[in-house]
Amino acid sequence: MSYLLRRLEFFAITLWAALTVNFLLPRLMPGSPAEAMLVRFHGRVSPQTVKAMEIALGVHSDQNIVQQYFEYLGNTFTGNLGVSLTFFPTSVAKVVMLALPWSLGLVGTATIIAFILGTLVGMLAAWRRGGIFDAILPPVLIIISAFPYFWIALFCLLLFSLTLNWFPLGFAYDLTSSINLSWDFIGQVVSHAFLPALTIVITSIGGWILTMRNTMITTLAEDYVKMARAKGLSPLRIMLQYAGRNAILPNLTGFAMSLGFVISGAILVEIVFNYPGLGFMLLQAVNGEDFALMQALFLLITVAVLVAVLIADVLTAWLDPRTREAT
Amino acid sequence: MAVPALASQEIAEPVEPRAGVLRNVFSSLMSNRKALAGLAVLLLFTVVSIFAPVLAPYDPHSLQFDALLPPSIQHLLGTAANGQDIFSQLVWSTRESLLLAVVAGVFATAVSVVIGVTAAYLGGAWDHVLNLFTDVFLVIPTLPLMIVIAAYAESHGVWVLITVITVTGWSYGARQLRSQALSLRNREFLDAARVRGERSLYIIFFEVLPNMTSLIVAIFLGAALYAVLAAAGLQFIGLGDTNDLSWGTMLYWAQHNGALLAGQPLWVIAPGLCIAALGGAFALVNYAFDEISNPALRPVKKRKR
Repeated sequence: MSYLLRRLEFFAITLWAALTVNFLLPRLMPGSPAEAMLVRFHGRVSPQTVKAMEIALGVHSDQNIVQQYFEYLGNTFTGNLGVSLTFFPTSVAKVVMLALPWSLGLVGTATIIAFILGTLVGMLAAWRRGGIFDAILPPVLIIISAFPYFWIALFCLLLFSLTLNWFPLGFAYDLTSSINLSWDFIGQVVSHAFLPALTIVITSIGGWILTMRNTMITTLAEDYVKMARAKGLSPLRIMLQYAGRNAILPNLTGFAMSLGFVISGAILVEIVFNYPGLGFMLLQAVNGEDFALMQALFLLITVAVLVAVLIADVLTAWLDPRTREAT
Repeated sequence: MAVPALASQEIAEPVEPRAGVLRNVFSSLMSNRKALAGLAVLLLFTVVSIFAPVLAPYDPHSLQFDALLPPSIQHLLGTAANGQDIFSQLVWSTRESLLLAVVAGVFATAVSVVIGVTAAYLGGAWDHVLNLFTDVFLVIPTLPLMIVIAAYAESHGVWVLITVITVTGWSYGARQLRSQALSLRNREFLDAARVRGERSLYIIFFEVLPNMTSLIVAIFLGAALYAVLAAAGLQFIGLGDTNDLSWGTMLYWAQHNGALLAGQPLWVIAPGLCIAALGGAFALVNYAFDEISNPALRPVKKRKR
């Protein structure tokens, strides 16, 4: 269990680092655009709320910085993040919670599909070394990986929505309907999410395929694979349980490392499709100079990534017996 | 007395393979098709950015034409919402986009080298702290961080973009460099340098780094790809200087003026293809580097069982 303990420790340290970066950023940057924003709140919200935001954004600091820091940590953990300027008078915590499910649903589903599909294709490409898959895939994927996410999104929008009229132009459901649980509404959600999800899958799948293919090539040369062949095991079993299972480990670690990039791309995809998730909200916060909302979103996105990384770590521990050995 | 004699031999030792490594890498690059394609594109963009004034038919800021003209002989890609010639804008934009990629790529690589090699060379508690620092930066999603920093910055010039990209783009390279430097640490020629009584800085710069040239180049290529995409993303959402000419800024204005709905898709497609071509060039050369350093990954002609 020492492996999981170490990963938990890393989770805690990264979380602390993100919180601290969030606290220090407004204090390190020259000038204070946040001050102008806060002036607009005076007399409109309770003094406690204004104080919480002043501490979060580093304005009017008559307390010493250590005190401010601990008050900021306390406020963050109790969800006291102030009031959003863009969506006045809704609190930041509430605005963020409205956007979270959309992002989790879209990015989560798309990432899992891309990971599973990419791993399988990579496995096959390495297994049939020199086949069509293996010859064409790497160069094509490298080129695709160089396309900006948001540009692929724009291209999908142009092709499938504007030209072919197959999918709606943007947002998460038809603007004429309200959120309910009917089949009709669920259909709307799926058709609105399809293009953004497709974009995320197209742009992120290449990384999984290439990593998996390259590790699998190395794994296939191992003695235990030769041994399995010599024993006359079925090719499918060798591919999945002998080579595949071992090759997937670096891909899982890679999952943790590249998730940040995937999320970054997903933010831009949401912006292109006006998808009401965290990324789209982040752009609105930037355009409206809504610093309280901006920082809350940065924290929340980071925490979401950290939780996903932790899940990948638990999976690694489950798949790899070496991590369970007490050392 | 024996020590100086040994030392003079050892000084010559790492110098010779350094030149050899570079020559090998160069000739392998020249015989790799992926690398050649990538290098050709890079060369093309360099030429375009140098000769932009000659190649662009009009002043990219000139508003003298009708708005949203379709593509024609006079305007290869049509005109933008205020009547600027899109092709001239595209040609001029090559300068800033290429500059951002190379400069931010170099800076990010420099930070990777300093942190990665220092961690490996110092070892112990330093290594632990620096490694943790690297991992933390690796996991924190970069775009939200870049957006928050850029939003707080007072101006949105090229240097803000370069700084933001450097701060968020060094961690991956630092990690790779650290592991390679760790494997070098106990080599004999480094022991020899220590016995000679060389200072740590000398050993790092003249003994360790020359032996890592090919990895450093690979890391630069990766960082440059990252810089291309990150700069385009930031400029696209309006966090660059919107008066500058670059492919990301062109996309910002195209999106801002609803180019797709206005029936001017080339305004969106052309800058995007340029970004992808530049990024793809870096990625192709980088992948070729991978194939060169790991022969198992090279394409096979026939299936072997």
